[in-house]
Amino acid sequence: MNNVDLSVKIGSLVLQNPVMLASGTVGYGNEISDYTDLSKIGGIVTKSVSLHPRKGNPPKRITETSSGMLNAIGLANVGLEAFIKDKIPFLKDIGSTLICNIAASSVDEYVECTKTLDSEDTVKAFEINVSCPNVKDGGLIFGNDVNNVRVITEKVRAVTNKPIIIKLSPNTASIKEFAQAAKDEGADAVSAINTLIGTAFDIYSKKPKIKNITGGLSGPAIKPVALAKVLEISRNVDIPIIGIGGIMNWKDAVEFMICGASAIQLGTVNFVNPSASEEIIKGLNDYCVETGLSKISDLTGSYSL
Amino acid sequence: MIEKNGIVVSVEEIQADIFILKVRSPQIAVEEKPGQFCNIKVSDSTFPLLRRPFSICDVEGEVVSFQFNIVGEGTKILSQKQNGDILNIIGPLGVGFDFSGDFENVLIIAGGIGAAPFPFLIKNISDEKNIISFVGGRSKKDIIEYKLKNIITSTDDGSEGFHGNVVQLLDSEIDKYDSANTKIFACGPNPMLRALSEYTIESGFDCEISTESVMACGFGICQGCNVEGTHSDRFLLVCKDGPVFNAEDVKL
Repeated sequence: MNNVDLSVKIGSLVLQNPVMLASGTVGYGNEISDYTDLSKIGGIVTKSVSLHPRKGNPPKRITETSSGMLNAIGLANVGLEAFIKDKIPFLKDIGSTLICNIAASSVDEYVECTKTLDSEDTVKAFEINVSCPNVKDGGLIFGNDVNNVRVITEKVRAVTNKPIIIKLSPNTASIKEFAQAAKDEGADAVSAINTLIGTAFDIYSKKPKIKNITGGLSGPAIKPVALAKVLEISRNVDIPIIGIGGIMNWKDAVEFMICGASAIQLGTVNFVNPSASEEIIKGLNDYCVETGLSKISDLTGSYSL
Repeated sequence: MIEKNGIVVSVEEIQADIFILKVRSPQIAVEEKPGQFCNIKVSDSTFPLLRRPFSICDVEGEVVSFQFNIVGEGTKILSQKQNGDILNIIGPLGVGFDFSGDFENVLIIAGGIGAAPFPFLIKNISDEKNIISFVGGRSKKDIIEYKLKNIITSTDDGSEGFHGNVVQLLDSEIDKYDSANTKIFACGPNPMLRALSEYTIESGFDCEISTESVMACGFGICQGCNVEGTHSDRFLLVCKDGPVFNAEDVKL
């Protein structure tokens, strides 16, 4: 059996395979295209776009930790206008599904960005970032309050018919309530998880290793946490889940799908192995052949507890 | 820029805690320009997770060499590599030195392990130019002279050469050079580069500095290696806009 159907559906969004590149780890696609054939991946999620350009946080922005890294980039991005003018033309031709990640400091800003990008044919869906831990004026402030997530989802839903994915924070006691709120207000899917808040200190200078003091922890160190969150949503809320968190290889991707993910996103691994996406797609195909799966979508939520 | 497996040819400790790693990597050897760097995965595991960036020290045929000191676990692992080991390398990356131009004097300013990129630069500069290497370190053991030319040294503690830092050394010699006919290339710790940039801007010398930063990817997607630009609203990235900058263009 060689003809495995790798396509997956996330709400009304059909992806040619479940492997996506996570926001903030592939810029706007052009840099990583030197290492991987973007037309082969399931989808690419752009670096968060905000209404106005954001310079981001001053250095130092990243530091390595045990099997992980902390980052506090601070949503540095070119802003909506430059994104449309300078970045979309390249993304138009990548031959993969483009999902635009939106970050904002207010409900109005989320709405305005979504509304403006709704008319761009290249943008096939939106991922709403309500969970960035590294900015003071937005992001997690929204993501930590279930009512805000409810309001943002409702207002964004009102201005687009394209699929909406709400990117959830793990820095909360009960992620399932947030997933439920997103579903209730008409989101097509949730992506989980964004980074975990963490910090690291130099023991001699006694100063934090990143300027922002705290940052978002990513990489293989967070995979067990991410899997538990995906499973929690999967067992409690009927909504497609995009699993994210420390996926380094195809086995990790399979594990996320078993725990309930319809698709997965690769983040930190892109920094270490920029051609990981193609290797993982091949690994998923081989796994399906090996285990006799004709459709990879049958793997989603196939856990046996 | 490419991602390739290179084969370790040798790792040699040329002086206490300073190593030269030689890797056979024909493609990178052909493409590499002085001042560029490579991002090396030192292990197959997630420890350490991220690659480690090293500037190219020299290229001999198909063999690329890197000079490094032991900073942490990554460089320790690298120092223990054996002939025949495979290393996954991304490179060449970044913007290197611009050594075109009519100047007659090339002044190299190296602080500690900042000597790393200069053997390859010196090799690529015409023999007709007058190259002087100003090499500084905290102490005698920190002076690295590997493949440098016409060396003058300084140490902070006075244990070798000029007693003072390398910028003070340069100042003591600068009268010999005409700014219109001289270009300075520097690499070293940030405080040294900061002091040197102030000095060269004030004295009107053309100066390029090779900077370093913690980074994850090395090719512009992680945005982790930002540095403040002088003429730019956005941050510059050491990996993509640098690592070599004109001294006037960055605020370290």
